[in-house]
Amino acid sequence: MYQQSINKQFGMSRLSKFCGALALSLTLLVNGNQVKAQDSGAAAGGGPAAATPAPASGGDVEKGKTLFTNNCAQCHAVTEEVVVGPGLKGVRQRTPGDDWLKKWIRNSQSVVASGDAYGVQVYNKFNKIAMSSFPNLTDDDIKGILDYIDSASAPATATVGGAGQAQELGGGGASAEKGGASGSPSNLFTVVLVALLIVMLLVLGVLLAIVNILSKAVQPAGEGASTTPFIQRLREGITSTINNSTVRSIVIWLFLFVVLKESLDGMYGIGIQQGYAPKQPIAYSHKLHAGQYKIDCNYCHTGVNRGKSATIPSANICMNCHGVIKKESPEIQKIYAAIEQNRPIEWVRVHNLPDLAYFNHAQHVNVGNVQCQTCHGEIEKMEVVEQRSSLTMGWCIDCHKKTEVNTKDNAYYDKLVALHRKESKEPLKVANIGGLECSKCHY
Amino acid sequence: MENTSKRYWKGVEELRNDTQFVKNATSEFSNVNSADDLLGGSNTQRRDFLKTMGFSIAAVSLAACEAPVRKAIPYLNKPEFTFPSISDYYASTFIEGGDCASVLVETREGRPIKIEGNPSSSITRGGTTARVQASVLSLYDIDKLKGPKRGEADIDWSTADREVVNQLNTIAARNGAIRIVTSTILSPSTKAVIADFIAKFPTTQHVMYDANSVFGIVQANQASFGKAVVPSYDFSKAKTIVSIGADFLGGWIAPLEYARPYAQTRKLDNGKKDMSRHYQFETILSMTGSNADYRGTYKPSQEGLVVTALYNKVAAKLGGTAISAPAVTVTNLDKAANDLITARGAALVVSGSNDPNVQIVVNALNSLLGSYGTTIDLNTPVNYRQGNDQQMNAFIEAAKGGQVQAALFFGANPVYDHPRGAELAQALPKLALSVSFADRADETASVCKYITPAPHYLECWGDAEPKAGYYSLMQPAITNIFKTRQFQSSLLTWAGRSGDFQAYLKGFWRSTIYSKASGAGSFESFWIKSLNDGVFEPGKGAAVAGGASFNGAGLTQAGAAIAQRYKAANDGMELALYETVGLGTGSMANNPWLQELPDPVSKACWDNYAALSQRTATELGLEQGDLVNVTVDGKPAIELPVLIQPGQADKTVAVAIGYGREKAGRSANSVGKNAYPLASLSNGYLVLSATNVKVERTSGKREIAQTQTHDTVMGRRAVLQESTLAAYKKSPKAGRYEPKVQTSEGPTDPTNITLWHGYGKPNHSWGMVIDLNSCIGCGACVIGCNSENNIQVVGREEVIMRREMHWMRIDRYYSSDAESEDLKGLEVASANPEVTYQPMLCQHCSNAPCETVCPVLATTHSTEGLNQMAYNRCVGTRYCANNCPYKVRRFNWFKYFDNDNFDYHFNNDLGKMVINPDVTVRSRGVIEKCTFCVQRIQEGKLTAKKERRRPMPDEIQTACAQACPTNAIVFGDMNNPESTISKVLATELEERAFHVLEEINVRPQIAYLTKIRNKDEEPKQETRQESHA
Repeated sequence: MYQQSINKQFGMSRLSKFCGALALSLTLLVNGNQVKAQDSGAAAGGGPAAATPAPASGGDVEKGKTLFTNNCAQCHAVTEEVVVGPGLKGVRQRTPGDDWLKKWIRNSQSVVASGDAYGVQVYNKFNKIAMSSFPNLTDDDIKGILDYIDSASAPATATVGGAGQAQELGGGGASAEKGGASGSPSNLFTVVLVALLIVMLLVLGVLLAIVNILSKAVQPAGEGASTTPFIQRLREGITSTINNSTVRSIVIWLFLFVVLKESLDGMYGIGIQQGYAPKQPIAYSHKLHAGQYKIDCNYCHTGVNRGKSATIPSANICMNCHGVIKKESPEIQKIYAAIEQNRPIEWVRVHNLPDLAYFNHAQHVNVGNVQCQTCHGEIEKMEVVEQRSSLTMGWCIDCHKKTEVNTKDNAYYDKLVALHRKESKEPLKVANIGGLECSKCHY
Repeated sequence: MENTSKRYWKGVEELRNDTQFVKNATSEFSNVNSADDLLGGSNTQRRDFLKTMGFSIAAVSLAACEAPVRKAIPYLNKPEFTFPSISDYYASTFIEGGDCASVLVETREGRPIKIEGNPSSSITRGGTTARVQASVLSLYDIDKLKGPKRGEADIDWSTADREVVNQLNTIAARNGAIRIVTSTILSPSTKAVIADFIAKFPTTQHVMYDANSVFGIVQANQASFGKAVVPSYDFSKAKTIVSIGADFLGGWIAPLEYARPYAQTRKLDNGKKDMSRHYQFETILSMTGSNADYRGTYKPSQEGLVVTALYNKVAAKLGGTAISAPAVTVTNLDKAANDLITARGAALVVSGSNDPNVQIVVNALNSLLGSYGTTIDLNTPVNYRQGNDQQMNAFIEAAKGGQVQAALFFGANPVYDHPRGAELAQALPKLALSVSFADRADETASVCKYITPAPHYLECWGDAEPKAGYYSLMQPAITNIFKTRQFQSSLLTWAGRSGDFQAYLKGFWRSTIYSKASGAGSFESFWIKSLNDGVFEPGKGAAVAGGASFNGAGLTQAGAAIAQRYKAANDGMELALYETVGLGTGSMANNPWLQELPDPVSKACWDNYAALSQRTATELGLEQGDLVNVTVDGKPAIELPVLIQPGQADKTVAVAIGYGREKAGRSANSVGKNAYPLASLSNGYLVLSATNVKVERTSGKREIAQTQTHDTVMGRRAVLQESTLAAYKKSPKAGRYEPKVQTSEGPTDPTNITLWHGYGKPNHSWGMVIDLNSCIGCGACVIGCNSENNIQVVGREEVIMRREMHWMRIDRYYSSDAESEDLKGLEVASANPEVTYQPMLCQHCSNAPCETVCPVLATTHSTEGLNQMAYNRCVGTRYCANNCPYKVRRFNWFKYFDNDNFDYHFNNDLGKMVINPDVTVRSRGVIEKCTFCVQRIQEGKLTAKKERRRPMPDEIQTACAQACPTNAIVFGDMNNPESTISKVLATELEERAFHVLEEINVRPQIAYLTKIRNKDEEPKQETRQESHA
């Protein structure tokens, strides 16, 4: 099953790569100038958005963002959308004011109990679900959060505007998106050009061969041969080419090479489940929870900073929210059923490292500060979780060679950093501190 | 060894250079005769083999294409503070009969996987024994009962309760005698439960007995001091220790408690250049005897006279009344007497005899020497052995005579482990009611009417008071695996009370023990703290009782009794029964780890045997492995193979108890022979010896699985380095062998010439120091390693094939006492050899010979000083094992898990629950070896990193170092100047520390400290006497 899907993927990717290359080359050949214009356009378009200052309330927007993600995002969105509680876009404008908000955030129930009209109205509107209290947030914290909400809803429009501008300026067709998004690093451009050149040379070679044969067929070499008909000459030309031992051996060798390469690639692929996206017993969507509602990964995967296993959340974590939200959904009902029957949910494991390899989440996430997405891909955009990385040893090693050690504020590494500074000016990579040694993962 | 006069040998076959030994020594692995051998001895032809192989390869490659769907099943309701993949530790208490240890239980996802000693306990100080370490495997024993039984039939608990209570009521109504027969009960709350039961059924009596009894000591103390107790012995205060037949490090009373203080007196360093002197007089060569500085042997029939002789010698000088008894000559006895007198006030004499008369003389001797109040504390008695031989004997009499109506057995298996077991087995079915609480249908339980199985201690609530004023709590680390119920709950239920023993225990502590806690706050907080710590020790710091007044009245009488019972000379064969360090009294026999643990001295496993001295064997015309019948007083003979044991008394045969179980389970059944029937009762006291013994050859041979000459180091000499205390005091480097290599520029240290670049160890440098002076050879480290590293059990046949998988072994070397010039004498096995233990494990060489020969780079070096082994890279050439100078690499000849040929715990799902999830279970065809517990190193480093700090000194420990009861193994980071190992090496590198085989310059990360014996300067004369004795 996996093999099939992998094959399909291989096929797809190869075809798409080829098509892509062809399309790109054509676009580049035809619209070379426009691409440049597109670049400058994108830069110009991006400029105003970046330059747009955050609404000047003076709070610490960055800090506010962190606080928001950790405390509020489980129930509130910065847009107008209702998650558990109301969407917070324009919350400052629609509520009685910052002071009221501070009281509400620290203890909403006391505000409701005091008979505050707006408070009671909100409470009733949202099914009388009490908002959690955050008595520990300082005035500055709350201000920061509110500033973040303002800034998060404001520049969203600016960005859209910028992109629109870019589109207008560039006037590009299909390639606009690409150019605009990537910001065209020059080395990628060079690579594409070189690849194109090679492809074109190959095409040229084949064309020349065809032209050669054709020209021989059209223009007889000697005077005496003119009597032979065109078709026959063409056939002779082709036959002689086929009979040519050099051509034959080239073709055979090419064929063997391609077969060998393919089978080696295929064998290396055994056991690799990249792209594996099994159907889960409950259609849980990371896109919805992590993407749209921006629930922190830690909220459910509680072990990720502590131990080897990130842990799949137990049903009681789901119940934190789903005790009140979307109780009627058939998927959520499955969780209720599991709890009632006292039978744990059997998820299908997506990322399967072999037993011989030891991987510890805490080392990477807590100590190394590696983002979840680095290995798991854009999990916040996945409706169904899929294995994005190959999880091969080569993939691990590659990352260990490239990644700098997160030594900041960690006394464990002080000695290693000092030692490394003596020897080299390069940044300290994982590979420099034994990250490639067997017993780091195999025991 | 070049600079000493010693000749070392691991076994008689090595000394004789037997052809088999030479053959084995040159081939690293036993020969594989054909593919048949590896295919489990089936009659497979080559073609079939190829066909099977072809098919398997095809099948495997096909299977590899499609990965299996794996499930990930989270908790339904996760406990808040438990995280999958993170270990939790619970303090609890190991209790097996009268043996007790405060422990920490490591659990993963709710299943216990490892036992560690509890460092908070001032009795064990975090030490463990092999049996404590192995106890976790007994939890997952597939041969246990799944629920209560009536005869052969399964019943449920309510039926069992109803029927038992009905019968108890009927019996009580007609005043029928009810007996609760148990081994020693260490738990005060359990005693309260029994008292409650007795209150309900007043015709009940509680009978305690021990399979290896010290009832004689209790009675002697009653006679001498009016206190029927076993006193506390404090070895740490003793300068001269004399043991007469007491294997106090192996099986006598509380080896775990004694080991640490004993080893403390033997440790030497820069600041402490004095050690205790230990004399051992015994029949067998026990583990304790092998650690002694001076040894002498006697026959069991002389035991009492040895004690009186020693007493008379001391009394003559210290003015005690002499005892008239025949004199015996035992080597070193005079010397012992003199040393005892010199060390007055810091001397200790212990005797393993169960004869109260002998113990009275020992009491008199200790009293003369002023041991009471210093090395012996009568005010803090220990409770490890409370058995009353006479009561037990009376119970068997009564059962036979039909005076007992009901018998309940808990923690006791008298049909197996009592000399009169066979009589009891016949009497039991006649009883109106017989109930066993055994966890399996063992020898006693299977003749009982009901079995109401009690769970393993890791599933139980409970407490223990091993020593007066020292409490230890037991809490469950897992819910009951089978439908079992605690003994206490059953008794409470039957007594008509609530069966909730947890509540009962808490109530008991509230009413009885809480009052002893001063300033502990509320009971709730006291209870939580005690549960958390595992121990509560109000008795700690209590003053040792002053000089007890010895009641001399009984002494003459005792002397007369001894003179009558013991004989100075007996020409006949005699029998000595002894407890082994691994199996003990046999209650944990169905534990494959313990069965495969080689005996510390004989290095034999999976069997018991008839041990004979070389001279006696020659006289009888017997060789190692010959089958003999051992007969005592016309009792049924038992057939055993002969094992030649240097150091054993001539004309004696020694047999271990604890073997020959019939109904214990797959690992224990029919392993060895049951020797308990050969024991006897004298005046109601258990006697583990016999005088009227015949040893007759039968036909045939049985090879003993003896690991002593496996993994030989090829006659290389500089493996052991030792000296005497006198020489050490002169120069701390005494006994060190410092090899030199000849170069064109003259001799130089081998470390100066090298082919290697070496490896930098910038961050950590993990290393180990093993003190040969405090290693007592007990094997706790070996089992600790088995448990931590998922080491496979291979069974008797494979051990004989030299294929045991232990990563850590304890090499036992005998050394000849002949003088260095006496070339002929060196060739003869000594009658009384010196013994040295050397734990041997991967030395993690910095210039590792194994790494250079691996063709696939499966074994490589790390920047932290570890020699790494990647199993999945290994293709099984075994070059590394051939090239290892220490012979510590093990090859997986088979897939030992899920294999019916190895039907141990890895062959069933329950047994596999003991697997440590952090360590790979190795499969067939790869080499494995000690990793320095790299999983613990990695975990410890990660903990430090998570807390943004460096690892603390000694924070990371290997399983062996943690298990060691004597702190002989010190592990740590040699780059951290604060760690213990750095501190030890700072001075010892120039003194006692040596690397094994320094001349080959492999630069191990493990250093050993020389063995120092507390011997006088002229050992040659002594030994000459000995050989003529």
